[in-house]
Amino acid sequence: MTNGVNKTFLEKMQAIDRRVIFLFIGLAVALPLLFHVVFTEKITPIVGAIYDRVENLPEGSKVLISFDYSPSTVPEIQPMVDAVLRHCAARKVKIYIMGLWATGQNIADETISRVLKPEFPAYQYGEDYVNLGYKSGNQGLINVILTDLKKMYTTDVHGTAIDSIPMMAPIRNLRNFDLILSFGGGFPGMKEWVLFAGDPGRIPVAGGVTAVSAPQLYPYYPSQLLGLMGGIKGAAEYESEVIRHYSRFENSSHPGIDMMGPQAVAHIVIILFIVVGNVAYFLTRRREAEND
Amino acid sequence: MWMDHPGWVLFGTWVAALFTLGIATFLYKDNPVYKFCEAVFVGISAGYWFVSYFWQTLLPKLGYPFYAGVKTVFVGPAEWGWLVLLIPGTLGMMMLLRLVPKAGWIARWPLAFIVGYTAGLRLITFLQSNAMTQLQNSVQPVVRYNESGQFLGWESFNILLVTVGTFAGLFYFFFSQEHKGVFGRVARVGTWFLMITFGAAFGYTVMGRMSLLIGRLDFLLADWLHLIR
Repeated sequence: MTNGVNKTFLEKMQAIDRRVIFLFIGLAVALPLLFHVVFTEKITPIVGAIYDRVENLPEGSKVLISFDYSPSTVPEIQPMVDAVLRHCAARKVKIYIMGLWATGQNIADETISRVLKPEFPAYQYGEDYVNLGYKSGNQGLINVILTDLKKMYTTDVHGTAIDSIPMMAPIRNLRNFDLILSFGGGFPGMKEWVLFAGDPGRIPVAGGVTAVSAPQLYPYYPSQLLGLMGGIKGAAEYESEVIRHYSRFENSSHPGIDMMGPQAVAHIVIILFIVVGNVAYFLTRRREAEND
Repeated sequence: MWMDHPGWVLFGTWVAALFTLGIATFLYKDNPVYKFCEAVFVGISAGYWFVSYFWQTLLPKLGYPFYAGVKTVFVGPAEWGWLVLLIPGTLGMMMLLRLVPKAGWIARWPLAFIVGYTAGLRLITFLQSNAMTQLQNSVQPVVRYNESGQFLGWESFNILLVTVGTFAGLFYFFFSQEHKGVFGRVARVGTWFLMITFGAAFGYTVMGRMSLLIGRLDFLLADWLHLIR
């Protein structure tokens, strides 16, 4: 091979058409999906902290789950919610569902119909779980319900008076909850729960966020944030831990674990492209220096 | 419900799949199909949010209580608490005046109210949570032992790393002195920490975007083409 041919090849490596990269990424995701490539997940302390807290909750504890996301982040967030919901129901804790996002209400309805009702038929609405629905107000809403929940929530999502729902009887404000779990990735979300409920009310706050948002929340862990699931990796870790301890969930869907195979392969492809581009760049620069 | 009918589900799946492919054509190059799908998506999103806020916020918070209040005046016994709703109602109307070019300036008043309210609400919590508590969390004993007095090497290293990173980062953002000598070297260490932080954040961003791609491909391969599961 002549020097000229090598130089052309190196130059090509530095200027790969973006469509070629898209094609490789597409294949890196599609092929593991088609051939069901799955890796084992080991839980990290930041996710394990949430699992341990839910696992150690006594039966009948009160857990508030806030659906603070929209369909655009469902692929990342929903696996976390499903896994946590299954875990909470398996622990027989009382689940209070609400949402700071208008879109969260529909997603909550869908989640209840898909996970809670078919998998936990003994779970009774109003006795074991309740859907309070969406309320506007963002952080202002949290600020109000920190001291008086019924000031904002006079009915549940179906219009039933709060006072006629048995499991709402012991709830006066956010301080009555044993754990607050927020799932989302934008404003309002986990950060607002930490700032307006967790810190001022000394209430344990945890949950899951999109991978993009996770780095902003790490500084709150562990003092202000009990635990954090960051992106699909966090979801996969939680799912695997739930399956490890509760064999009955082995046949339940676990999209987090399923998505980590394509995720890993796609990352390897990206790393290879970065390495190839950089090696080509430095070799070209060295040859140019030699020629000069 | 009629939406659960298998025919409608199939129709919905096909529409979703074709729109997904339509948006994906942008990966090759900009084209009319992509523009069409984008416009439909933007329009539906805007419509969805409008309807959602109308039914879930505007009516329950303003419309229904206002109507009920006015009704008491005519039917009795009269209650006057609803009059307070005139304030947010008027502010909302003032905000809509942005659509009228000559009266657009009036919208600054409700905007000023929103900015003032939000700033006031967030000021205390930010000071408490993002300044004081974060400061408290950063000042930790560097050498850690467990309850039985055993030295915790990994935890101590982590605390040391946080401490060094915090100080070096603060040095980098201290612009009152030229970054030279020892000061400059510490600031340089701060730059490394910042670069690693940005790299980690970018890595997370890649993972997030990949998750969305996997979600779409999973939908195409499983729900649309039935090639998997």
